[in-house]
Amino acid sequence: MADKKKKLLFNRQMRRIDELDQHIQEGLALEQADKELPMYDAADYTAEQIAAIDPKWFEPHGFNEQDAERTAYSNYSYWASTFKNFWRNRAARILIVALIAIIAFAFIQPLLPNQHDPVTINNDPETGMHLRNLAPCSEYWFGTNAIGQDLWARVWAGTRTSIIIGLVVALSDLIFGVIIGMAWGYVRSLDKALTEIYNVISNIPQTLILILVSYILRPSMTTIIISMCMVGWMAMARFIRNQVVIFRDRDYNLASRCLGSSTLRIVVKNLLPQMVSVIMLQTSLAIPGAIGDEVFLTYIGLGIPTSQASLGNLVEAGRVLMMDSTLRYQLVFPAAVVAFITIAFYIIGNAFSDAADPKNHV
Amino acid sequence: MLEYILKRTAGAIISLFVVITLIFVLLRLMPMEGYFGAEYDKLSEEVRASMLAEKGLDQPIYVQLFNFYKSLFQGDLGKSWIYRPNYPIVKILEKKIPYSLKIGVISMIFSLIVGIPLGAVMARFKGKFADKLGTAFIAIVEALPTAVLMLFLQLFFSSWFNLSLLFDKNNYATWVLPIFSISLLSICSYAMWMRRYMIDNINMDYVKLARAKGVSGSRIMFRHVFKNAFVPMAQFLPGSVLSTIIGSIYIEHLYSIPGTGSLLIDVIQLQDNTMVQALVLIYAAIGIAGMFLGDVLMALIDPRISFVKKGDDR
Repeated sequence: MADKKKKLLFNRQMRRIDELDQHIQEGLALEQADKELPMYDAADYTAEQIAAIDPKWFEPHGFNEQDAERTAYSNYSYWASTFKNFWRNRAARILIVALIAIIAFAFIQPLLPNQHDPVTINNDPETGMHLRNLAPCSEYWFGTNAIGQDLWARVWAGTRTSIIIGLVVALSDLIFGVIIGMAWGYVRSLDKALTEIYNVISNIPQTLILILVSYILRPSMTTIIISMCMVGWMAMARFIRNQVVIFRDRDYNLASRCLGSSTLRIVVKNLLPQMVSVIMLQTSLAIPGAIGDEVFLTYIGLGIPTSQASLGNLVEAGRVLMMDSTLRYQLVFPAAVVAFITIAFYIIGNAFSDAADPKNHV
Repeated sequence: MLEYILKRTAGAIISLFVVITLIFVLLRLMPMEGYFGAEYDKLSEEVRASMLAEKGLDQPIYVQLFNFYKSLFQGDLGKSWIYRPNYPIVKILEKKIPYSLKIGVISMIFSLIVGIPLGAVMARFKGKFADKLGTAFIAIVEALPTAVLMLFLQLFFSSWFNLSLLFDKNNYATWVLPIFSISLLSICSYAMWMRRYMIDNINMDYVKLARAKGVSGSRIMFRHVFKNAFVPMAQFLPGSVLSTIIGSIYIEHLYSIPGTGSLLIDVIQLQDNTMVQALVLIYAAIGIAGMFLGDVLMALIDPRISFVKKGDDR
């Protein structure tokens, strides 16, 4: 057995030597062919022949930076290859299509025929009573809630509200969080001031702000969005700041500073690309996070008033009824939408972050 | 470094001062009706005036502020107004904080022990079965709204495993579910971020060098990648440990734990100003200390990080 193995190994080795030998022979042949090509020497030419050569061949061509770079040019684009890599992930591809479909449907739904109004309280035409806690049926697809409102319409209206809240808050977190976080981490003179500002703002309870804001304005989607935006950027900024602190004194940034790059260039070209994956994951979590926050605010009694449906107040209304198995559908439908949105954003965000590393692109 | 620490401490004290003053002023903007509770309509003008005078609310705001700071510097957090009338705040907190602290610290240790290795394993086997399983677990836990998930855990786990629905400080079996519920969420976030940071580090040049040297895959992962990936996590650790005394609202409501969970929200809604001020003072001190200790820890773990000015400035 061992003998056979040895023979096999030897065979392989010999074949390799043969290959190498062949390779050397080819190389020698090429070299020979090169030698047989005609050789040019100034001594073989007469003075007239040399003078006849067009003088333009002896002019210096000059140096053009763009032309010099041309050999190094490739049509690589960071974002294009990130998206290409991202699109290769099948689960993320399916989820992003489904997510867009769900969001689009939430906005199209009120325009469809035969839809109930999310706030109208439906009465039984025969008895004139409220259609309370009606189980899902052909007329009310998701049933009705405790005061007879159509749950199907409410779930979609709630999805609209919550998606708007989520997108606005996530966008504001992204913009303010990244800009402030970058400045906080990189610019030393701002570090102290921003740390103290963070310490002050992050320690004012959001409950107090919400109560005061709703004391001045009426509690609504706008007040929720304003208070979430006021608080939300800080988590992102701290995140970015920590990352910048880790990378800011690395050698490549020191080299860049020595070459005279401006702060803005270092931040945008050296530091930001390093953090795309972290920023993407944090942002994609911010949207379901905002929806979760809204559920929490409803839980402590400071959420959007029930006259405007939101996933927060629908889930909270359903949660109270969770123990009654006949009414559990009132929790299941809104919770399913929240669950889908959260999972979709989490997996899409993760896939995008995985794709964002340029070293995986080639 | 010492100079930096002193400067940061001075900054922290100023921040604390600003927070407290700001909260004091914001609280004085709250509606006056809130101070009388449900019996507002039944009270006569004189009674109301005397109730306000008793709390010092009839004085101008700067006098109130001065009095507040005077007693604060004497080490007196004051007495509760409405939450538990005329009861010293220190005594209220003395009873409540140990519960939240114990539960919080235990669940934090537990979730660190489970969550960080989970994330590391997910990163080690990226795209393989272990990663997919972990992603599915995180997605499911994150997907359900927290309030629903917690209620679900309480109701179904207590019936499946024959555990008590409510918390009892003497019966340690009842500690399991609250701790497990808190841990579940933080396990997910630790695992998620550990995976992210490790994957961001996997393609770095130092990993390639180690591989070229012939270091084994697991050793690279746990000796080199893990250490680098842990640095950004470390910034949040001291803060998370300290802020366990703030408690968890959902859990403490569900299991009737007499902790600090919803204390701040409750006293804000009750407009118990002295309580709010005391709590904000404590929580702010914790938050600021957490931030500062996080920076120090990060600089200790990764010697390339420096907060001290080294000649070049930007």
